[in-house]
Amino acid sequence: MLLRDVGYARPGTTDEALSLLAQQSGARPLAGGQTLINVMKARAAAPDVLVDLNGIPELKGIELGSDGTLTIGPMTTTSEVIASAEAKARPILAEVCSQIADVQVRNRGTIGGNICSSDPTNHLPPLLVAVGAEMTVGGPSGERVVPAEEFFVGVYMTAVGPDELLTKITVPPGRKDGFASVPVGKDGTCIVNAAASANGELRVVLGCVDAVPRVISPEAADVDSVRAAVRAVELDPPSDVHASGAYRRALSEVVAARAVQQATARADS
Amino acid sequence: MPGFEESKRITVEVNGTTYERDVEARRLLIHLIRDDLDLTGSHVGCDTGNCGACSVILDGTLVKSCMLLAVQADGASIETVEGLANGELSPLQQAFSDHHALQCGYCTPGMLISATALLRENPTPSDDEISKGIQGNICRCTGYWNIVKAIKAASGQEVGE
Repeated sequence: MLLRDVGYARPGTTDEALSLLAQQSGARPLAGGQTLINVMKARAAAPDVLVDLNGIPELKGIELGSDGTLTIGPMTTTSEVIASAEAKARPILAEVCSQIADVQVRNRGTIGGNICSSDPTNHLPPLLVAVGAEMTVGGPSGERVVPAEEFFVGVYMTAVGPDELLTKITVPPGRKDGFASVPVGKDGTCIVNAAASANGELRVVLGCVDAVPRVISPEAADVDSVRAAVRAVELDPPSDVHASGAYRRALSEVVAARAVQQATARADS
Repeated sequence: MPGFEESKRITVEVNGTTYERDVEARRLLIHLIRDDLDLTGSHVGCDTGNCGACSVILDGTLVKSCMLLAVQADGASIETVEGLANGELSPLQQAFSDHHALQCGYCTPGMLISATALLRENPTPSDDEISKGIQGNICRCTGYWNIVKAIKAASGQEVGE
């Protein structure tokens, strides 16, 4: 399909990318393009210019700190996370990445893109909130750190401003994590998904049921407590061609309980 | 620092041949391959990144060429279905023929490219690994069984009737 006319630049550093974004309103960063190119075809997005982030080495790669903290460059592809020896320090990351779409999309799609597109059906937003990740956002006036819980502000909207970029994702250590979903076909779009972390305080986060990931705080990890905690937040999920709101609400209890079960069943090390 | 460009002169190597072309920034890679380079083996199926008929190997990595801009491939080396046969069918292509892994053939170029990428990474895949490897390619004729069989046979493993 023919896209609308668009300008293109391929900077080599984050600073160059930031000054290009500041140069022109209607500029948009292009990460893996596995969402953006398609929404541009449909004219659902029509940026005037694209700042291609694929030529910026400093935005790629995964580092494992001595305390077990992972620092992930947002332009790291989901396939690179799956193959990374470092990322195995938090096993849930690669496990969830391998459930995203298909080989081609995983080869090109990036961690940062999955997060910054803030599609409520994406896999990584609830997961990163559950594991307590922190996002570093760079802009004209320097860097700031945003907890994952505050990063997602609405459907397709994040804390990253028009002249800013997500520059780093920091994931603390931990192994007792779980993720469960009911997707449309194997590894397809999620109807409801849930991530859980049982490293210390139990955190459960639901995706697909609201504009942003919803945090649930069960009093205990048993199935009844988790289900009760999900009911207590009185979700009002959207209805669409794949599922009614009522069905999503019913599924929320199920996937939350499964994610918690998976997290608590895992060994600490 | 490079500024914004509406079009750009790019160089790509496709199946060992180097091409130089002026392309608009809005041009998708699949259209460069099909319309500018006249390599029409790679197909446009859904144009939404679902069907995989446009799959190519870009610098060793399997991608869907309808979800990339042609300017992003500047300097890259691309493999398409036209590069598989060298006078005669490749073992993978022959296996597709032997095992009736195609009917209408529309998905076949993408299937062959995905299977090529899979076998490079995993020379003896299990049935499950093959299914996962061609997950991004949709076939509406065969029900996939014969495609999985053909890929397994091409890897030198025994397949049932």
